Amino acid sequence: MTVVRDRVATRIASPPMHRRLSPLLVVVIGAAIVVALTYTLPPFRTYQLATVGAYLCVTAGLTVLTGLNGQLSLGHGALMATGAYTLALWQNKFNLLAVGIVVAILVTTAVGAVIGLAAARLRGPYLAGLTLAVAVVVPSIASTFDGTFNSDQGLSVILNPPPDTMTVEQWQAWVCWGGALLTVLALALLTRGRFGRDMRAVRDDETAARLAGISIARTQVTAFVVSAACAGLAGALFAVIAQSVSPGAFPLTLSLFLVMAIVIGGLGRLTGALIGALLLVALPAVAHEIGEAAGSQRLEGNLALTFFGVVLVVVMLAAPGGLASLRIPLKKKGQR
Amino acid sequence: MDRFLFLTFDGLSRGAVYAAFALALVLIWRATRIVNFAQGAMAVATAYVAYSVADATGSYWLGFIVALVAGLLLGAGVERVVMRFVDHSSPLNGVVVALGLVLIIQGVLGMIYGNEFRPATAPFSRDAFDIGGVALLSRYDLFVFAAVGAVVVLLTLLFTRTSTGLRMRAAAFAPDVSRLLGVPVGGMLTLGWALAAAVGSLAGMLVLPTELGLHPTAMDIVFISAFTAAVVGGLDSPIGSVLGGLMVGLLLSYISGYLGATVAPMAVLALLVVVLLSRPDGLFARSKARTA
Amino acid sequence: MTALLDVEGLTAGYGAAPVLHEVSLTVQPGQIVAVLGANGAGKSTLLRTLSGLLPAQQGRILFDGKDLSGIKVERMVHHGIAHVPEGRGVVTELTVDENLRLGGLWRKPQPPLEPIYELFPRLAERKSHLGHQLSGGERQMLALGRALVAQPRLLLLDEPSLGLAPKITAHIMALLRDLRDRTGLAVLLVEQNVRSALSIADEGVVLSLGRIVTRHDAATLVDDADLRHAYLGF
Repeated sequence: MTVVRDRVATRIASPPMHRRLSPLLVVVIGAAIVVALTYTLPPFRTYQLATVGAYLCVTAGLTVLTGLNGQLSLGHGALMATGAYTLALWQNKFNLLAVGIVVAILVTTAVGAVIGLAAARLRGPYLAGLTLAVAVVVPSIASTFDGTFNSDQGLSVILNPPPDTMTVEQWQAWVCWGGALLTVLALALLTRGRFGRDMRAVRDDETAARLAGISIARTQVTAFVVSAACAGLAGALFAVIAQSVSPGAFPLTLSLFLVMAIVIGGLGRLTGALIGALLLVALPAVAHEIGEAAGSQRLEGNLALTFFGVVLVVVMLAAPGGLASLRIPLKKKGQR
Repeated sequence: MDRFLFLTFDGLSRGAVYAAFALALVLIWRATRIVNFAQGAMAVATAYVAYSVADATGSYWLGFIVALVAGLLLGAGVERVVMRFVDHSSPLNGVVVALGLVLIIQGVLGMIYGNEFRPATAPFSRDAFDIGGVALLSRYDLFVFAAVGAVVVLLTLLFTRTSTGLRMRAAAFAPDVSRLLGVPVGGMLTLGWALAAAVGSLAGMLVLPTELGLHPTAMDIVFISAFTAAVVGGLDSPIGSVLGGLMVGLLLSYISGYLGATVAPMAVLALLVVVLLSRPDGLFARSKARTA
Repeated sequence: MTALLDVEGLTAGYGAAPVLHEVSLTVQPGQIVAVLGANGAGKSTLLRTLSGLLPAQQGRILFDGKDLSGIKVERMVHHGIAHVPEGRGVVTELTVDENLRLGGLWRKPQPPLEPIYELFPRLAERKSHLGHQLSGGERQMLALGRALVAQPRLLLLDEPSLGLAPKITAHIMALLRDLRDRTGLAVLLVEQNVRSALSIADEGVVLSLGRIVTRHDAATLVDDADLRHAYLGF
């Protein structure tokens, strides 16, 4: 059993070479596929593709945090809001997108570090409760400081038009997937090394990790900060796609959706993060079409909500070991 | 000074509701080591049912009773159908399942009732009457105190004076030993969830008329406040949760009154962070002496 | 004479690998049977399977001629089986009195606690103390007393001497023998403390790696040096 866990735990970090492509190659292939898709898909699908890319940034970061480090955060929706608002404020002042995205990541990283410092001392339901509070409370800040954040209306985001050779949707997809692929590459490299090993050690047995000389707090804070940076990037990209930001775009349910995405995708795997990101775009789209077909506005958003909830509960109950067993893929022969 | 007195009574009234809601969280935590993150959504669901009944029959009190009964049934159902099958190897599992329930309940409520705010009427006037020239308390505040007080007294009697209460405590503290002694532990868990959910429903019925009204997500912020109250009091301590509830209520009232209502949620977050980092077992944690 | 407890070919354990392998034994009414063996021999697993905490993978458990398979743990007391688990199982958050009441709650009307307090005067003195305030010996008395409230016919007792001073162990053993003599209580006693177990047992069963390797009269086990050396190591 331990053997299986260990093998699985090392899937990301040190996979058997014959079974695994190098991350750089995966990213290059991914980029080629995305570029090809942007020239073949109709504009609305390309827009959806861009959204998947933005979601992938945050689900990839979260799956590292929860799957590899064992921390559950319900506050990443709020961190995305931080990134989005930072970008909006920056753009409206300087209109320099590339720098703005970096600034958004940095600011969110700083906020994430504060939460992460607190989170590193908390476990299980306490951590979940604290991050849930962050997710619920942070949107209300927009009302408190309405001079800056313009309350519930939010802010629009000034953006330069895309180059003449591309459509807006193509440009959005390129920007989002550029960010997403860089995130995936960075995370893949990061989790392969010593940091990845430390995180898994902390997740599996804190006492043993401490005895092995690993600093629990530093590892957990680092994991949280890394995932916060990813959320900040995702938030900034969403601000770019929507060309506006408002508290309503980052409700508690967004944070819950993110948890669902990584649970269903399979924790701790970057491919799982991709599956989760796809579901986050596909399921609401399907629900939207069902709602339109039924002619009911009430169905639209709520059907997706219900569906996500049912899937989440069913997956958790059907996987015998709950979250832990979701890390374990089908056994290969020869493993015991 | 008058304003301070008014805010104090207002805070105690709010706090009583948080106390009841935190008490419900603590009941389930003690029995199952699960923080029921779905409790707010469950309470809203029963409140919708209650106001539907009240609208249809014209009787608030019939609706009120329906809310409590619906709470009992919903709590028992959630335990029987879902929570009983949660794997306990990781404490995260219960959290994630409860969050799934939140999505389901909020989605279903939205589909049935829509996502607009609906008014939630109060059974008594919320206008404060004067005591010695100072507006302090409304009839509704008195109703809140009476209802929450009754719940606290009834639960205390149940747990300390009855065989069923003894069984429930034993089942929560030592399930295997209790089964060996003939205690139907599964049944006790179901009963515990049912009672907790009914208390949560009561808290929902009490708080909704004072906040914005009925909405699928109306209890989100109440849940945060009550969770903070439970953490302040110590998740294992029913008495602590009541005290914690009153403290949070007072804090929110003073902050809203003196600094503005929009600052209040941040104050709750700040309190939660401070308590979690300094006294994670709660302010009133005594060494091991846990009492019912 | 039909046996009170008749176990045949019992196989049980945790997960796929069984801990117990085809264990068969009988306990007569009024008999004290000691189950002996090293740490990890499967002694506690045997008791846990008998009381239903662990499902049997194979074999049959007959109690008073009735098949116990498929009966829920919480129903076992109704049949007259009381199991005092290892580590004593006192609910430390409840008072002494509450722990004792718990033992008889399933009975209607509820049995009086006075006989237990007479049996263990020490418990009567500490009636309103919480379980975690008791000493090891007091906890053992409480667990034993709690099992006796329901007036069982078979007592499954797991390592009552664990962590207790020899004097207290001797006291508890004497009390068990006395109870058997007065009430006809049958006891299946799991012990690592071979000497004190055999001092009151009628019969000794030696378990090794989940199998019964020998069973004899207690007197024979004590007297026969070869047997003692071979199976009990003293």
